Amino acid sequence: MAQIFSYILHKDGVVDDTALELAAAAKKIDAGATPNAIVVGSGDSLDAVCNEMVASYGEVWKVANDAITYPDAEMIRKLLVNILPADSILLFAHEHLGMDLAPGLSVKMDSAFVSDVVDVEGADGATLKLVRQEFGGAVSAHVTCDASQGAVMTMRPGAFAADESKGAGGQVVDKSAEAGDLAVNRKFLEIVEAEAGDVDITKSEVLVSCGRGIEDEENLEIAFDLAKAMGADVSCSRPIVDAKWLPKARQVGTSGQTVKPKVYLACGISGSFQHMGGIKGNPFIVAINKNPKAPIFQVADVGVVDDMLDFLPELTEKIEEL
Amino acid sequence: MEILVCVKRVPDTSENEIELNGAGNDIDRDDLVYSVNEWDNYAVEEALQIVDKVGGGVTVISVGDDESEEVLRREMAMGADKGILLSDDAFEETDGRGIAAVLKAAVDKGNYDLILTGAQADDGAAQVGGMLAAMMDVPFASLVNTIEVDGDKLKIGREIEGGNQEMHEISMPCVLSIQTGINEPRYVGIRGIRKVASVEIPTMGAADLGVDAAAVAARVKRADYFLPDLGEGAEILEGDTDEIIEKLIELLKAKGGLK
Repeated sequence: MAQIFSYILHKDGVVDDTALELAAAAKKIDAGATPNAIVVGSGDSLDAVCNEMVASYGEVWKVANDAITYPDAEMIRKLLVNILPADSILLFAHEHLGMDLAPGLSVKMDSAFVSDVVDVEGADGATLKLVRQEFGGAVSAHVTCDASQGAVMTMRPGAFAADESKGAGGQVVDKSAEAGDLAVNRKFLEIVEAEAGDVDITKSEVLVSCGRGIEDEENLEIAFDLAKAMGADVSCSRPIVDAKWLPKARQVGTSGQTVKPKVYLACGISGSFQHMGGIKGNPFIVAINKNPKAPIFQVADVGVVDDMLDFLPELTEKIEEL
Repeated sequence: MEILVCVKRVPDTSENEIELNGAGNDIDRDDLVYSVNEWDNYAVEEALQIVDKVGGGVTVISVGDDESEEVLRREMAMGADKGILLSDDAFEETDGRGIAAVLKAAVDKGNYDLILTGAQADDGAAQVGGMLAAMMDVPFASLVNTIEVDGDKLKIGREIEGGNQEMHEISMPCVLSIQTGINEPRYVGIRGIRKVASVEIPTMGAADLGVDAAAVAARVKRADYFLPDLGEGAEILEGDTDEIIEKLIELLKAKGGLK
């Protein structure tokens, strides 16, 4: 089978958690393989990242380039096309850089592309057997991928248990000289930091979080009433922010805030992986949803199958009576 | 500015519960309500707002069967000037790359400054925009949540982690995939739909587009749908509402959820 490469995410010398998850995914594709890593960037911290990765990967391809002060997908895509063997299997984390970089890379490499892979069931020759989810996690799908001309895949963060074995005993290979021309027609300007909100939900111990099930802006009062009775703060899922009913600072999820409460009441929230990705610290999760098949019930500790619009006011009333 | 927006007809997850069929190998497609992919609707609204400011036209395009016409019409009722349907039996079994190849062939027949897609659709693949840009050899940005026109360039923001935004300057022509929340898509009334009910929507097939079988041969195929065994899941509280609330309050007290 072709060589497997993982693209390593790192920031200020700190390796992202997905680096060892991709190592685990690579071994699920080919148990006998020693996967390789690619570390791209500039500055002094790059060597530290490479040296850390040799414990988990066979060859760690280091590409130092002064043009890449920020991980810009357009530039990195060009660079990868220049240095990688054509029939490689390339693994990325399914996050904002991978989503920007990988689909176009598959075209440039003339490879197959599969995104947001949650499991690998194995390989039958050059045919990879993968698992994805569709419809916001409501159903899973078995997918086959013809990797005979190579494959580019993005793997869901958190879906693969990190490979902590650290017995690869690999070596750093400096590929910086092969980067080639990196001129692109998109220029990175700056990062605009999120505006702080009126409430810092990242510090909240108890959150009453509402999703699409709230149905109408006026119904938010129900969530605020319950939060007041419980001594909790109100947070929400993405659709509530998209509708401009609550500010972005109250959104829980990978594109919003990462919260670590003791107790999390998910009300009318389906439980997409992007939402759950913003909940850390293993809180006690209560799901209240009228759809008994909502994915949130798979990850919650306790579930109530009811319409939040009926249930929350009654719960508030009972708590106020205590 | 001439803007092309790629749209897809998908099962509406806010109107349907997506469940497996009896055989357990596909979703239950009986009585599914379809609509335009939510992300694509934001993309169309964004295109209309750009054209309102700087002039030009908006064309909506879809790869799909005859029924995708209703989705194109809906977006035309929002204000898009033209619709194009790309339909052929040969496109039905293709993968994301094949869809991008079909769109590329149609793009070559027009003269567009900007091409928008939704950031993702029902299958969550988030792939067609980036592939299309690579096939066209133009710059791409995904998860775009602001666009500002600045001459022949755009200043765009990408949604990254933690509510932060990654700002870029990007040359046109380019392809952008649009994130939800970038704007507030306008409402389409029945009157708007009626207005465009008889507008002709040209349909192009593989031969019209010059797309051969190899370009739409799928390397990635869905074998089946299934429900994974996820272990125990949540303990569902049973009983009447009063009993459930009583149990829940005890649990919340024990876990520190009541102050």
